[in-house]
Amino acid sequence: MTARLALAGVHTHIGSYHILQGVDFDAPAGATTMLLGRNGAGKTTCLRTIMGLWRPSRGTIALGEATLSGLPASAIARAGVAYVPETMAVFADLTVRENLMLAAREGPLDERRLDWIFGFFPTLKRFWLSRAGSLSGGQKQMVSIARAIVEPRRLLLIDEPTKGLAPAIVGGLIDCLNEIKRLGATMVVVEQNFRVAREVGDFVRVMDNGRIVHAGPMAEFVADEALQARLIGLSLDSHQ
Amino acid sequence: MSLDDFGAALPRPKPDFVPALTPLVVALVVAPFIGSASSFVTLTAAGLAMGMMIFTMASGLTLVFGMMDVLNFGHGAFISLGAYVATLVLLPLAHWAQVDSWPLDLALLALALAAAVVVCGLFGLIFERLVVVPVYGQHLKQILATIGGSIVAEQLLYALFGPDQIALAPPASFRGAFVLGDAAIEKYRVVATVVGLVVFVGLTLALNRTRIGLLIRAGVQDREMVEALGYRIDRLFVGVFMAGASLAGVGGVLWALYREQVHASMGGELLVLCFIVIIVGGLGSVGGCFISAILVGLIDNYAGFLAPKLAIVANILLMVVVLLWRPRGLYPVGGR
Amino acid sequence: MMILSGRPPRGRTLQALVIAVTLALALAPFLFPGVKPLNVAAKVCVYALLGASYDLLLGYAGMVSFAHVMFFGVGSYGVGLALYGLGPSWGAVALGLAAGLAVSTLLALAIGLFSLRVQAIFFTMVTLAVSYAFNVLASQLDWLTGGEDGRSFRVPEILQPGFRLIDREAFGVALGGRQVSYYLVLVGCVVVFLALLRIVNSPFGRVLEAIRENPFRAEALGYRIVFHRTLATCLAAAGATFAGALNALWLRYVGPDTALAGSIQIATLVVVVIGGMGTLYGAILGAALFVVAQNYLQTLLGAVSTAAGDAGLPLLPGLFHPDRWLLWLGLLFILVVYFAPAGLVGALSREDDTTP
Repeated sequence: MTARLALAGVHTHIGSYHILQGVDFDAPAGATTMLLGRNGAGKTTCLRTIMGLWRPSRGTIALGEATLSGLPASAIARAGVAYVPETMAVFADLTVRENLMLAAREGPLDERRLDWIFGFFPTLKRFWLSRAGSLSGGQKQMVSIARAIVEPRRLLLIDEPTKGLAPAIVGGLIDCLNEIKRLGATMVVVEQNFRVAREVGDFVRVMDNGRIVHAGPMAEFVADEALQARLIGLSLDSHQ
Repeated sequence: MSLDDFGAALPRPKPDFVPALTPLVVALVVAPFIGSASSFVTLTAAGLAMGMMIFTMASGLTLVFGMMDVLNFGHGAFISLGAYVATLVLLPLAHWAQVDSWPLDLALLALALAAAVVVCGLFGLIFERLVVVPVYGQHLKQILATIGGSIVAEQLLYALFGPDQIALAPPASFRGAFVLGDAAIEKYRVVATVVGLVVFVGLTLALNRTRIGLLIRAGVQDREMVEALGYRIDRLFVGVFMAGASLAGVGGVLWALYREQVHASMGGELLVLCFIVIIVGGLGSVGGCFISAILVGLIDNYAGFLAPKLAIVANILLMVVVLLWRPRGLYPVGGR
Repeated sequence: MMILSGRPPRGRTLQALVIAVTLALALAPFLFPGVKPLNVAAKVCVYALLGASYDLLLGYAGMVSFAHVMFFGVGSYGVGLALYGLGPSWGAVALGLAAGLAVSTLLALAIGLFSLRVQAIFFTMVTLAVSYAFNVLASQLDWLTGGEDGRSFRVPEILQPGFRLIDREAFGVALGGRQVSYYLVLVGCVVVFLALLRIVNSPFGRVLEAIRENPFRAEALGYRIVFHRTLATCLAAAGATFAGALNALWLRYVGPDTALAGSIQIATLVVVVIGGMGTLYGAILGAALFVVAQNYLQTLLGAVSTAAGDAGLPLLPGLFHPDRWLLWLGLLFILVVYFAPAGLVGALSREDDTTP
């Protein structure tokens, strides 16, 4: 059911800006791949291109056997891809319940699934019938992530889940992400927070100037401080 | 292990009632100037009726605009077309319309409305495919193309139906007025108000209780995310566009019977009022559209009584005042 | 044009066409003697200026306004009512023009500043509503404006039809008040047109275009968007006011249908789009096409309609009826928007020097 995500030679132009300049990227099936890099490296563009929100001007994107590149976003979503955008994109005037109902394309919400989600996001249960727009940033993030996992998906694309969250709850979110990993979906997570990256990721890819400049297992990357400093100017101990 | 409640949610905001009360406020403020209670009642009833009719015309426009950012300056064509369809249905059946039986007359009205819904919906589909789709996403071209479309549509109506005004009288049992003490409330206005209310209730139920309604409401806020959740929003949009055209047609039928005449230019004139209504109401909000349509209807009638020459200016002033108070309208929806 | 503009029309065909139209207008009384052709020529001049002033707003500043006809109307009524009230003197003309410019500037300022408060999407609709209201108001305030019937007035002596400039004919044409009027209109339009040309080819014009292309970037670069847009609105309004004033002088009449009608706004839009947005001289070509079509297309349509009627074909006589000329122009307009968005100028330009 889970599949490997593979990008080959992907270029994306936005207007006259050439953002992705030949991305060769793969995310192994059933594992969590972190996508790191400086601001402006093209990480969000990469996710949006995979999701079909932006059309690649060149290259192919495949999920397992299926080719995603060239399909509209709705078709890619129906192929089993879920997207948690950087902006969370929660429907503010809809209730939390309605937000999740929309995400559950197959039919009514699965009770057991919901109970599992409520297990690590109890706030969602409390604010079930509240307008999603009245929730705090962290709570909206929960809604956004919950939307992506309310039904089984083959690929989860998560863009900076801890962005803007208070440091105290980052730890809690790491635990939740690890819980979600148990679903066994292929996950691609963009993160600026290195602690989250090393505690959640199985593999790491680093982007710079619209290209992948490093790819390898997370454990190796964590052990090699010189490599970290060179690629993302951080050491293990920062960004706690 | 669980992310418990970090940061309580912002205090649950009370439902925003203030904008919904504005029609009441306006009515109360104006009442002393009107003088007589009977005139006030008549004017208010007229204002409500007009508001309901404008609401049906504008409701589709606000959804289309709010959902897909499509500026359709050709919307007036659907209103005019609905009016002409009414003549096609009611004029041949004029002898039935003479019978003073309200069930029969209601049936005739329902027939005219149904015909308008079908014809305008179809025409809406054609208009969307031919005029809107090619310029999708480009505001300037949309404005230009839909204006071109409205010119062509109006001329086509003249070519088909002739350039003269066509008289259209309401069925017999709708003529005349109910008398409450000194006040006279025209019967047709009551009918129009009821139809408008039915449309409003129907729309609200459809939007809030059905899955498609949910999609539409979400689409108005964030179209891209709805797509990313797997829904073909462009197909949904065609449906909304057609529904908007049908609703405009319904408004056209009601307005034609109200004014007792039909002419292709009425769509363009009413479009200006529709724009005022959707701006004041807030793009994408059916509830906002309802409130603002009532406001516009009331103000038009009160101003028409108090300072007839300035009636249209009164509505412009309304728009300016509301925008200064709430720049995005009374009940804005979504991120626009 | 070469002198004042940094960007002359490109391409032989285009240059030839613009020159041809300009020459035709300059020599109109002699090339096309008669009342109707001179009316057509005068209208082309007025619409060319009106279109050019609108192009400043639409093509250069990227603002879609439907209130432009309002400024035209203010110019017309300014001069018209001054001549009506104060009698046929040049002083009245000057006063009317000055008053018109003052009112237009105030309205333009109000619109420009109001656009601050509202979203861009609202701007177009608001200008439509305001313009419609203005039109209705002009009809309603009949004690001032003459209402639906408008006002006829007498113009200064040398412009009156009965006036004779010289007693002999020149090139077979009598030089009377009509001809003097025509040259007043022509010269007036040319002068203001050249002024507009100077404006768009100045640094101000370039900043406008930068704002149109990418407002965020322009703001980041330090340009004050509101100032530039408001100034552009005021300048465009002034251009339209002049056009309206000249129109009133030519017609010796002012009324809602000739000064404020929605059809004039539509015509302005058609002129600029078909001619070519963002070029100014596109308005010259667009105006020529539009006014000529308005006057002569109807004859052509009439012939087709009668033929169709004689042949017993259904529906066609109605579609080709002379009164339906706007139907065909509307179709042309849509086709231009889809397939030739840069208008005639874009279609005929050698290099792709014009705006998209």
